Amino acid sequence: MTDTPISRGFGPRHREQTAQGRLPPGQYVTTDFPVLSAGPTPQIKVENWTFSLQVDGSLLGKWSWAEFEALPQTAFKKDIHCVTKWSKLDTTWRGVTFDDLLKSAGVATLPALYIMAHCDGGYMTNLPVADLIDGRAMIATRFEDLPILPAHGGPARLLVPHLYFWKSAKWARRLRFMRKDERGFWESLGYHNYGDPWKEQRYDGD
Amino acid sequence: MTATKDAPAPARRLEWQPALVRDIVVETPRVKSLLLDVTGWRGHLPGQHVDIRLTAEDGYQAQRSYSIASPPEDDRLTLTVERVDDGEVSPYLLDNLRIGDRFGLRGPIGGYFVWTTDIGGPLYLIAGGSGIAPLMAMLRHRRRQNSRVPTLLLYSSRTLDDVIYKGELDAMADGDPNLRIANTLTRKQPTGWTGYGRRIDKELLAETSFLPRQNPKIFVCGPTPLVETASRLLVELGHDSLTVKTERFGPTGGQPT
Repeated sequence: MTDTPISRGFGPRHREQTAQGRLPPGQYVTTDFPVLSAGPTPQIKVENWTFSLQVDGSLLGKWSWAEFEALPQTAFKKDIHCVTKWSKLDTTWRGVTFDDLLKSAGVATLPALYIMAHCDGGYMTNLPVADLIDGRAMIATRFEDLPILPAHGGPARLLVPHLYFWKSAKWARRLRFMRKDERGFWESLGYHNYGDPWKEQRYDGD
Repeated sequence: MTATKDAPAPARRLEWQPALVRDIVVETPRVKSLLLDVTGWRGHLPGQHVDIRLTAEDGYQAQRSYSIASPPEDDRLTLTVERVDDGEVSPYLLDNLRIGDRFGLRGPIGGYFVWTTDIGGPLYLIAGGSGIAPLMAMLRHRRRQNSRVPTLLLYSSRTLDDVIYKGELDAMADGDPNLRIANTLTRKQPTGWTGYGRRIDKELLAETSFLPRQNPKIFVCGPTPLVETASRLLVELGHDSLTVKTERFGPTGGQPT
């Protein structure tokens, strides 16, 4: 843009709330936990729930709810950033890291460099595997110590807190390794393919 | 939902453009519409939104998203802004912004919560409060295209004074046998009110909706509790969850749930 119009009399109301360097550009802090989904919230019973890991149409691992709950559990305390501009600080989560999931499935060598996360309700999102390993991501089953509510992605959602929150897919059921990157749901509808909040990669071309 | 596509080359970046305020319409005690000229605007689809950015004299900036309420057929872009009492941007837009002022805008954004006459019907719109805005873009587009797509709007407001676009909606429905509007007022109903007087429930939806076998295109927009309730009930009534498209409205997309 050639010029930036100034809004006289406009100023921050809540600047004091946020520590310097804590908020990515264009974000503001909320204490709510807003819900954003493209359709109705799926009502999933854990007795019917399974989670699977796939490559090239074959199964690398599959877990029932009980089996999944028996995997090593990790706690995360992270800031989360939604592309719709709210950020929520110091959220606490509990679940199974992607590393532990690979370990449980006996996957020693990564079969491909990209992942598509598939969810109940048909939602999907794509991620580089590099953003899931080394303790950077988990499949979360608890938020602030309680089971995740259906509207927030329960019983289990992906949590990739260093990317915009649409990458932390709700109602995750299946992770599929891909040899070639493909675009997920929002990524096919004008949103950025990677979504780094610190680079403000909201939309395609950002 | 849609199938995936191969990752294409990145699109052209959505650049910030100056939007010039040409008119301000008082819609309700808490809501105004801003009519904007955006030079080089490349058009939009009904249901899409924009990001706006205010810049203070000291360089401080704040961004928010607003749905576009105008149809693609209009030269001017209309944004409808509701007051968020402890908000930072909406009080400025409602109390300080004047005709002739400018601010940064980029868009259009979003390609899922979108309806055009080409998509066809029947069309079933459910709005709560200022969630009417993107649905109004669809209704205005339908009107401008002289479309006869059978359309139902179920619109939930607190009181009669809070009904946004009331005159325009009434006029639209008056001359159009294919458009039906049901209002519900959840807090206070005036004497002689013939509409509904309660929050959206299953019975109310069943009375106002198309049948699942009519395969309606359904759009629900409003505060999170309304959207969660209505979309869950629609699925219970037999509508395919993939035909129900939702969008949350409010200070940060809704209230905590």
